[in-house]
Amino acid sequence: MSAWETVVGLEVHVELSTATKMWCGCPTTFGDAPNTNVCPVCSGQPGALPVPNARAVHDATLLGLALGGTIAPRCRFHRKNYFYPDLAKNYQISQYDVPLVSDGVLEVEVERDGELVLETVRIERLHMEEDTGKSLHLGATGRLHGADRSAIDYNRSGVPLLEIVSRPDVRDPETAQAYLRELQAIVRTLGVSDARMEEGSIRCDANVSVRRPGEPLGTRCEIKNLNSVRSLGRAIAHEAARQIAVLEDGGSIVMETRHWDEDAGVTRTLRRKETVTDYRYFPDPDLVEVTTSPRRVAEVRAELPELPAAARARLVAAGVPRAQAATVLGGGMLALLDAAVAAGAPAPAAANWLAGEVTGWLAAEGVALADAGLTGTHVAELVAMVEEGAVSATQAKQVLAGVLEDRGAAGPRAVAEARGLSQLRDEGELARVVAEVVAANPDAVAAVRDGNDRAIGALVGQVMRATGGSADPRRTNELLRAAIGS
Amino acid sequence: MSADPALTRLGAAALGAAVGAGEVTAREVLEAHLDAIAARDGVVADGDVWHARDAADLGPDDLHAFLVVTAARARDAADAVDRRRAAGEALGPLAGVPLALKDVLTMRGAPTTCGSRMLEGWVPPYDATVTERLAAAGIVVLGKTNMDEFAMGSSTENSAYGPTRNPWDPDRVPGGSSGGSAAAVAGCLAPLGVGTDTGGSIRQPAAFTGLVGGKPTYGAVSRYGLVAFASSLDQAGPFARDVTDAALLHAVMAGPDPRDATSDPTDPADVVAALGRGVEGLRVGVVEELEEAGCEPGVRAVFLAAVAALEAAGATVERVSLPHAGYGLPAYYLVAPAEASSNLARFDGVRYGRRVDAATAEAMNAATRGEGFGPEVRRRIMIGTHALSSGYVDAYYLQAARVRTLIARDFATAFDRVDVLISPTAPGVAFRIGAVADPLAMYRNDVATVPASLAGVPAVSVPIGTADDGAGSGPLPVGLQIMAPLRADDRCYRVARAVEAVVGFDPDPAAHGAGVRR
Amino acid sequence: MSLSEDEVRHVAALARLALDDDEIAALTPQLADILAYAAEVGAVATDDVAPMTHPLGLEDVTRPDVPGERLPADAVLAAAPDRVGDRFGVPRIVEEDA
Repeated sequence: MSAWETVVGLEVHVELSTATKMWCGCPTTFGDAPNTNVCPVCSGQPGALPVPNARAVHDATLLGLALGGTIAPRCRFHRKNYFYPDLAKNYQISQYDVPLVSDGVLEVEVERDGELVLETVRIERLHMEEDTGKSLHLGATGRLHGADRSAIDYNRSGVPLLEIVSRPDVRDPETAQAYLRELQAIVRTLGVSDARMEEGSIRCDANVSVRRPGEPLGTRCEIKNLNSVRSLGRAIAHEAARQIAVLEDGGSIVMETRHWDEDAGVTRTLRRKETVTDYRYFPDPDLVEVTTSPRRVAEVRAELPELPAAARARLVAAGVPRAQAATVLGGGMLALLDAAVAAGAPAPAAANWLAGEVTGWLAAEGVALADAGLTGTHVAELVAMVEEGAVSATQAKQVLAGVLEDRGAAGPRAVAEARGLSQLRDEGELARVVAEVVAANPDAVAAVRDGNDRAIGALVGQVMRATGGSADPRRTNELLRAAIGS
Repeated sequence: MSADPALTRLGAAALGAAVGAGEVTAREVLEAHLDAIAARDGVVADGDVWHARDAADLGPDDLHAFLVVTAARARDAADAVDRRRAAGEALGPLAGVPLALKDVLTMRGAPTTCGSRMLEGWVPPYDATVTERLAAAGIVVLGKTNMDEFAMGSSTENSAYGPTRNPWDPDRVPGGSSGGSAAAVAGCLAPLGVGTDTGGSIRQPAAFTGLVGGKPTYGAVSRYGLVAFASSLDQAGPFARDVTDAALLHAVMAGPDPRDATSDPTDPADVVAALGRGVEGLRVGVVEELEEAGCEPGVRAVFLAAVAALEAAGATVERVSLPHAGYGLPAYYLVAPAEASSNLARFDGVRYGRRVDAATAEAMNAATRGEGFGPEVRRRIMIGTHALSSGYVDAYYLQAARVRTLIARDFATAFDRVDVLISPTAPGVAFRIGAVADPLAMYRNDVATVPASLAGVPAVSVPIGTADDGAGSGPLPVGLQIMAPLRADDRCYRVARAVEAVVGFDPDPAAHGAGVRR
Repeated sequence: MSLSEDEVRHVAALARLALDDDEIAALTPQLADILAYAAEVGAVATDDVAPMTHPLGLEDVTRPDVPGERLPADAVLAAAPDRVGDRFGVPRIVEEDA
């Protein structure tokens, strides 16, 4: 197995979060009643004409620069001709031989054997195109196969789409996942897209092939229907294994499109089309060339914010562990972290809270960060309270929960006061509880004396319970050890 | 109300002036034209919307220019003009003037078929920009006129609803694809018409019916709401019985439109102001390749007489070559079908128009399109699809597009030497319905008109006399095509006006002993 | 360059035009003639000549990202040959999209 190399190219589509569609002034909102966001242009009426959205061109240029790409001084739109009911004109306006952006690169961090490795994935092109309408398949399963009829909603038709094509530089599922996550982070940082896979505002297809190292590229299969970053990784692993098995068995790989079946964990071939579609690309005669001068490139480049890679580097340099930095960035909490630091908190402590308890609470309660009401000052205050021993570590978690429950209406000190949470400072009282716990747990005490250090955790836990969480775990640990005499 | 039939003999400028001066109401003008349509066009003149009779039920002299007459709507529009006049509002020069609109432009709430069964019964949900501009000028649209299906043709015989008859001889075609609008104006059913021109579809019918017809500079008139045949060639333009009327209508239609990305953002040339300037000292070039190109002797003779008249009026005339003009027709019959094959893909039975049911979506599309499109449209879709297909696109479509560049350069070079270029508009006179069966032979009608289409330059056809077809026909109109540089539409109208003045052509067939008069 | 009936069938399939055998047979020589004529463009030397799409050479025509007029759902669905609720109904789709 290890004699084979997996080769993956990724095709990512990003739906832009512009107010209106690519060619017309219809809203791009997700989830509205069917066919309520349409006009003659996006519903393909006879005589309607496209006019490009200036913001979409800007956002495509911005993303292209963020990816280190070269912006074409002149580019044009081409028609990609094929018939499909959700394609209102039966051609998609896209770009062909001269895309807006070429030759970018994305560096991603991948964990391998406990080490963080930097992988480079080259980007071949980024171009502008439009999304199609959505088909509802009516039949037993709600999926295309077995459907008697389909029903089309053109709300999504014409929403601006950017297609980003990587070179086949990816060699393993983890790199692919890191690439997709990094693209999501960049796109969100730029504010050009929500990039939510579950809403379809970012989509990924993978082209997978295998070869013996040093040999030419093998035949690839395109894998579609990847609905999560996790699916992407699983599908690549599965497909590579499938291809290797076929080849080792003496067979050959057929170039085809395969669907990922998440439940079964396999890729499946669809009914294979008899002929490869000839898209008959030609320059769209309804549209004119798009030019981008060096001055314009400089203007747009000046708008680039701090990108995730740079932010990560900055956080790590400030002492934040890499994994926490990734969580903070991925959760859109960078601004919050910077605010906490500005309010006096050390970066590692603030990041620890945000990546840990805050992230956990938001996920459990299903609350979005933007709605939580948590400020940098709150975080800094919480960090300070723990530092000065005003509350124990356990109590601090309760304080945080209190702040979030009230959506930041009251700050940490106020919440602690209202709930009567303060750290047990009475050494005598603590020593008394420690003595009680030691006396009540001879087996654990014996284990600790025997060298089982982990057994002390249970004893600490008992002290914490007995004091209602108000004991300082560190001091508790010290007193226990002293009492046990190990 | 019995309206004065003499109103149908007046031109648009005269009618507009009369309405503006309160000498006649817009409603009276309208009723006179509705009466004429009811008497001569073969429509069922009943109710809010009058429909054309089936082709099989037409009388031998019925023009069949209109597919649908939006009578109630026209009456409302005329009444609105009269109310504005009564309120003392200033009206534009064409307010209250009736107009025949080619059925390829959308008008919200009124049926639009593009001459095809594919769109039978379709009612567009929006107005074309041209439609909006006509309404803003107070022009009263009478209805939608017959045309070759999806604007593909040179005779209106490709209409799924039967051909329109030429007012000069009902056994003959009015030309195409805008034959319905041409026949309506030439037959005095309307003083103004709007057609569309992709390879000659306004100019050639104008020549065949003795009218002035203009193709504006590409981009001068918005294509928003113009059901696309060939996007880089289509332009809507005017038909009228004299140059001044055509110029006035052009001025209403032209101008930038943010809904059309190919629309020219610059202010359009003032074609009306240019009308009286004459041709003294103007350099006129006769295009060698087009003057010779298979022209019938009768047409050539009339053309040369007009050239002599131009010289007499003070123009200097020389022969000019457009070296690649002879490749215009082959290039056109690659570029136009290619664009059309893509533009017509949207007609698939899913969102509007005809549907022929089948078990699968794919089969439904194919059955719908196979049945909904007529033979010429199917032919051109096939040609165009092939010209764009893998392995052929470079030799066909791209090569044609390169030849197009060379033709445009030829024009630019020629315009360094001369101010306008002229040629006969069509190689022959109006032919008999059914006489031209071979598709290629039909295409040759466009040989003189396609070069200007490909280059995008403005071109106007002005009638210069009559000729017979060399086989015993009566007198049939001949047109002179005047071409000018990009954006110099004013120069076309200026020269057309001068030609009109020296030639003195009467657009009434009866004045030439032709046509059928009731 | 002559065109075979098989090529014509292939083009008809690409163009989603249902044509029966008689129609294919009638169409093939017509298309062959037209293409042979159109192929005359091949006689023109065009090295270093760029294909033209637009006579005016306009550039950078765009619109601002502001809402425009929409069509009410009923207006656009009114023309639907098969309206299914508030959507456009179509028969069973066999092929996956490209």
